[in-house]
Amino acid sequence: MKSAENDKAKNLLDGLVRSILPVILALLVAGLIMLAMGSNPIDFFSGVWTYGVTGSNLQRSLVLSAPLILVAVGLIVAFRGQLWNLGYNGQYLLGAVVASGAGPYLFASMPAWLATIVIILGALLVGAVWSLVPAILKARYGTNEIITSLVMSFIGVGIANLLIKGPLKDPNTPQPQTEVIADSYLLPYIPGTVIHIGLIIAIVIAIVAQFIFSRTSFGLRLDIFGASPKAARHVGINSTWMVILLFAVSSALIALAGAIDVLGQYSYQRANWDPHYGDAVMPFVFLARLSPLAAIPLVVFYAILATGGTLAAQQAGLNADFLLVIVGLILIFMTITEYVGDRRKLGQSYLPPGLKTTVVRLFQGGTGRKSS
Amino acid sequence: MSTLTDPEVISLREITKAFPGVVANDRISLDIVSGQVHCLLGENGAGKSTLISILAGLQQPDSGSISINGVEAAITSPRASVDYGIGVVHQHSTLVPAFTVLENLMLGESGVMQEKKRAKERLDELSELLGAELDPQALASDLGLGQQQQVEIAKAIWKGSRLLILDEPTSMLTPQAIEHLSESVERVKAQGLAVVFITHKLREAYSMGDCVTVLRSGRNVGHISVEELASFDEHEAQESILRAMFGEDINSVGDDAAELAGATEAVRETRSIDLSSRPVRLELDAVSSRGLGRDVDVDGISVKVHEGEILGIAGIDGHGQGALAEVVAGQRPASAGSLRFDGEDVTKLGVRGRQHLGVRYVTDDRLHEGTVGSMSVALNLVIKRIGERPFWRFGQIQRKVVDAEALRLIGEYGIRTPSPATRAGTLSGGNIQKILLARELTDGARLVVVNKPTYGLDLKTVHLVREILIEFAANGGSVILLSSDLDELVELSHRIEIMSGGKIVGSVVNDKPGTAEKVGHFMTGAIEGAQ
Repeated sequence: MKSAENDKAKNLLDGLVRSILPVILALLVAGLIMLAMGSNPIDFFSGVWTYGVTGSNLQRSLVLSAPLILVAVGLIVAFRGQLWNLGYNGQYLLGAVVASGAGPYLFASMPAWLATIVIILGALLVGAVWSLVPAILKARYGTNEIITSLVMSFIGVGIANLLIKGPLKDPNTPQPQTEVIADSYLLPYIPGTVIHIGLIIAIVIAIVAQFIFSRTSFGLRLDIFGASPKAARHVGINSTWMVILLFAVSSALIALAGAIDVLGQYSYQRANWDPHYGDAVMPFVFLARLSPLAAIPLVVFYAILATGGTLAAQQAGLNADFLLVIVGLILIFMTITEYVGDRRKLGQSYLPPGLKTTVVRLFQGGTGRKSS
Repeated sequence: MSTLTDPEVISLREITKAFPGVVANDRISLDIVSGQVHCLLGENGAGKSTLISILAGLQQPDSGSISINGVEAAITSPRASVDYGIGVVHQHSTLVPAFTVLENLMLGESGVMQEKKRAKERLDELSELLGAELDPQALASDLGLGQQQQVEIAKAIWKGSRLLILDEPTSMLTPQAIEHLSESVERVKAQGLAVVFITHKLREAYSMGDCVTVLRSGRNVGHISVEELASFDEHEAQESILRAMFGEDINSVGDDAAELAGATEAVRETRSIDLSSRPVRLELDAVSSRGLGRDVDVDGISVKVHEGEILGIAGIDGHGQGALAEVVAGQRPASAGSLRFDGEDVTKLGVRGRQHLGVRYVTDDRLHEGTVGSMSVALNLVIKRIGERPFWRFGQIQRKVVDAEALRLIGEYGIRTPSPATRAGTLSGGNIQKILLARELTDGARLVVVNKPTYGLDLKTVHLVREILIEFAANGGSVILLSSDLDELVELSHRIEIMSGGKIVGSVVNDKPGTAEKVGHFMTGAIEGAQ
């Protein structure tokens, strides 16, 4: 029994190392790149700390975390079933446009709490319906959902922009943007802070998702479906329904992120605005091993990096796009860590066989010893 | 061509190859002599395939050497292997279905231009050598399996081979096609080539081989030289091969050893039953299916299975057996026709509904369909009862109940696993098959569809699986046995239906000798058409 516990502790440690090591390596290399570009990495990282954590800045970071967590959970739902929903940008903006477009009218005609609920349900519904095309194509004809969801995403972004420039445009401003929702109608703050309750909604959803995945029979069915659709069919899981459900929930949660972001923070939506949350969150979802709870700290980390990084980058003389370079580096190091970790677990060498022979021979030549 | 008076010798010395957790070849030494058929005999997992892939240049041995006529030969790649004149016919077809015979044969050509004329001449030469008529313009996909194999042999010796390796060439063939094959092998041998013939059937080794080497657990455990084999009578040869094959296990398998090793003609082992007195358990009435994939669907199939009956379905792989199994299990909907189970119409029921009635399915894809390798043995044992009491309550898994059930089944079926929590994917193929059987046959099973239940298993497990099926039927269960192994069908089935192209093309009652030939006749007739 003791060895089993040891194993568990070892696995946990292993998982932790695999989740955090890529981030550290990525930050180190990002620092080197900054040096090469003539900027001071210390300035940048201290700037991230100053503008992302100190004072009330942590609250700003946490506000950003709310939609990021929802997008992350949305992605996890689909990814767990090995469905690669890459349509997050369109889904997010459509959800946002439900809030920014319908909000001004609904808040004017009904109590704020009711309007908020209607908007949230509307965003969920729009997200779910929007996912039907890739989901049905996948379930019925096995069409590659990466392509269909991505293409649907472009259409979604386009529709959101058309609406904002057209029927939803606020006639009182020259810019193409929606009417601003009054502060009093926005989501309330968590008492004692300036963080809107969207963060709590996001965390509750993450906890519920975690419970469903790890404790219920549905979670197990989902794991079987993700591990092998053939096994799922064999066991009697209706795979058509599963694909449609997972896609709908995934897309609905991402649309919810958009609605909550508008209702909690932005209060209006400009045309051609797209925060690309999904792109940024993607590596962290994998680092969290598709676990919603494990994703929360990683997402908060990114939120701090993003909140502080925007100002810090300017201060260090870098473009704010440098953040995406860091995200990309995390992805690369994650892949490398995975590869090395898997090899180690299988008792194999870190190096591919060919390279190993070459390297080993080099050293053997030096000492003149022969291997047996 | 080398002359017969001066035979070439390909010597393998102390060949060792280890994979993580298993030594596939453990200091194997043997000599392959030109003009002889060298049979390699051994059960699944004995190390035959590894040895072949070393000779074919696909794998490198960890240690040991190969020499040809005393000169060391470094077979470092498949190309090097071909250059040494070693040709391999793999167990499964490597022909490109959309290419013609000639195009398939020219795949290995390295010249810049296609030299069709020369290729045709070479094909004529080889056709004559093999005693087979090969139409150069026929598409590979249009050929029967026997013909495909002749093309594969032609491909293997295309560049004037020294050694021809046949990896389990008879496993997919009808008795008639096996005859053709052995004639071709004789002719190739007469040309002075060395032939390595791999099989797990003893009688083939005896009838085709000039000498026999038996492998077990990666070791060379017995060699019967040309002189010995010639001096032994059939019984003596059998005895000595069996001893080598089974080692100490021969006592536990007992009298069945000879049968398992395919030493004798298969005979039925199940008790005979009077079908007319038994109620019909499952009746398929003109059932057709339409799947989305490219595999063959069932087309207007009508069969009846009685209580206590084992119904064999023979046929060459990929002729709709998988679809039939899925239609019965409820995994694939029937697009026409109806299924009645114990008199009740179950056409519209899905997997779970039929599962509750007692319809079970042991799939042939044990690793990806039958089990989820990343999940524990315990979960895999209850995977078809997810969400059901007593294993789940209010949507929550009851781990203690699941573990208790798992331990019960592990004990009953002798599944060798370190613990119920072990990941199923880490177990051996035989134990995974036991998981499937334990899961499907428990909790009120009345009819089980088994698809290739012993494919790729070691002989002891093969024996066990067949015993389990026989016992299940003896206790009133019904079995639909889909298999491409004729011996297995003959041993177990009461009746055998022959399937081809998604249709039933014939039916044989298995009550007297000669069943295999009759079944083979239907198969040949259906596949090769007028030829």
